[in-house]
Amino acid sequence: MLEIKDLHATVEGSEILKGITLTINPGEVHAIMGPNGAGKSTLSAVLAGRDGYEVTQGSITFDGKDLMEMEVEERAQAGLLMGFQYPVEIPGVKNIYLLKSALNAQRAAQGLDEMPAPEFMKLIKEKISFMKMDSSFLHRAVNEGFSGGEKKRNEILQMLVLQPKLALLDEIDSGLDIDAMKVVAEGVNSLRDENRAILMVTHYQRLLNHITPDQVHVLIDGRIAKSGDRHLAEELEARGYEWVIEEPAA
Amino acid sequence: MSLPETLIKRLHEAPSGEPEWLSEKRRAGASHFETVGFPTRRDEAWKYTDMSRLSSADFAQADSAELDHARFDALRLDIDACRLVFVDGLFSEALSDLHRLPEGVEVSPLSRVMAGDQQAISEQLGRLTAIDFSAFAALNTALTGEGAVINIGKGKAVETPIYLLFISRNNTTPVMSHPRILVRCEAESEATLIEHYAGEQGAANLTNVVTEIEMAPASRLSHYKLQEASQSEYHVASIQVDQQRDTNFTSHNLNLGGAVVRNDLISDLNDENATVDLLGLFFGQDRQHIDNHTKVNHNAPRTYSNENYKGILDGRARGVFNGRVYIKRDAQQVLGYQNNANLLLSDRAEIDTKPELEIYADDVQCSHGTTTGQLDENAIFALRARGIDEQMARGLLTLAFANEVMERIRHGELTDRVERAVAGKLPDRFNLESLVEDTSL
Repeated sequence: MLEIKDLHATVEGSEILKGITLTINPGEVHAIMGPNGAGKSTLSAVLAGRDGYEVTQGSITFDGKDLMEMEVEERAQAGLLMGFQYPVEIPGVKNIYLLKSALNAQRAAQGLDEMPAPEFMKLIKEKISFMKMDSSFLHRAVNEGFSGGEKKRNEILQMLVLQPKLALLDEIDSGLDIDAMKVVAEGVNSLRDENRAILMVTHYQRLLNHITPDQVHVLIDGRIAKSGDRHLAEELEARGYEWVIEEPAA
Repeated sequence: MSLPETLIKRLHEAPSGEPEWLSEKRRAGASHFETVGFPTRRDEAWKYTDMSRLSSADFAQADSAELDHARFDALRLDIDACRLVFVDGLFSEALSDLHRLPEGVEVSPLSRVMAGDQQAISEQLGRLTAIDFSAFAALNTALTGEGAVINIGKGKAVETPIYLLFISRNNTTPVMSHPRILVRCEAESEATLIEHYAGEQGAANLTNVVTEIEMAPASRLSHYKLQEASQSEYHVASIQVDQQRDTNFTSHNLNLGGAVVRNDLISDLNDENATVDLLGLFFGQDRQHIDNHTKVNHNAPRTYSNENYKGILDGRARGVFNGRVYIKRDAQQVLGYQNNANLLLSDRAEIDTKPELEIYADDVQCSHGTTTGQLDENAIFALRARGIDEQMARGLLTLAFANEVMERIRHGELTDRVERAVAGKLPDRFNLESLVEDTSL
């Protein structure tokens, strides 16, 4: 589904990603871990299509298409959706409008008509109740005045409505207390199925207690230094990142 | 500049059977107006708004208020209210609905009050807005014959809004009307007043309204002005508010229509703890010209004002914002905040914005700011990252910009109406048509 080959990327002229190769197949859940400064957020930003990041070498293919040729909105419409570490507050834009226009944009890209209003409202109602959110929030502005936990719940709610093929979760656990973490994890777990993939980028192993990955990759200095199963995450938690750095690259 | 002959003739025709006090006011208004004429851009206060074309326009006066229900329903707000309806300036009893008139409240057409006990209004008419206020106020005084007289009784808290609807028809010959609205809020009363100006498409009339609002101690008034004139109309409004101790006046000045629009809104904070909130939204497109002049006079210590005007301009539209905050000598511990933010959606749209602070006291907190700007690029990215294309993201953020003022509207029907109207006025490229519809759970 996602194929990253020898990806090099620079930010303001300095090379941050130095040759990442990674394949994610449908049905799989991957976690990328690593110390601060290893390039985790750069990788997320490149996948999301943020300005200011230049890919100098390598390729990213999503569902057989060259991701670098796709606009930000085209990536989302094609099913690659990013859950942000710091969701932006958008004063004045109601959540309901964001959800409605995003869903209809996705449907339009698939050649479908807009979802009729009653059907849409039924869908939304079901999803917000799953995320244990109050319906009044739909008429509030996107993330405005939300707590850290509410913002993250809102990111997951958008995923539940938009049903991405590949969900990218960038430090989705940051700023969450244990209850919020459980709700967020339940939301993510409900997305898991054989046709969908999930890529989590995280600093801590904590999240992986709630969302069990099939594969764990350790990102160090712009490269994947080690890959393994979920036990690798536990080892990292116990031993830190130092030992991976000292080992010769896999 | 010379005035049209028909207008001069009309200025000298005193309606028969009127009391002397009124004829006197009319004569004074007529004579002042004849001296100054319609303002031109040489007048400082009209520097950006050219009214000289009115000197060569020839407006008739409406002779009937007939309007069928279909045309009426197409324009009115569907709101549970006590309603007076005027068609081209004339009162329509058939379309009005005074059944919901709450106890302790008087709402009457001006013509009816003039024909009856006039003692009260003989003092009220022109007390706040004198003929030297502007050429238009003088013209209104000279020619007014209709409008509304509203009295909110002492201690009455009125839930049902008082709704004044001024309909402008698409007439073969354009007409002019000069409504006068006289409002008195007695002590400790609370009410909502909606002035709604709705024009049929193609209507090319002149509406020149004067509203005088007197607020006795501890009264509260929410004032909505929704201006939806046609894009061929002239609309001029002068609103003046006298606020006594502990009063609270909130103004929602919502301007979506009109060819040439001018609003003068003045609040006099005349005693301690008087508070005024001025919220404004104007949206011009094509060649619309919308000019808002506001003035807050802090004439007493511990008075408070907060102003937020937002403008959206598209096509070759032009907006003017002139907001003046005056703090009288020794009016200490005043808070006065003012903000004007504008969005230009096209290269040919234009805004002239001028905040003015005039302070003669030393212990005050004031700020003012204007921005004419761009949308938040981070927010655009966040929306695109959900699959929303860039144009629509810009549209959503433009609607959001207006929302800051719209969300302060306390009447669901009014909020919906304004939001739909704003969404409908946004350029097609934003593709927001189907977005704003029923999304209630």
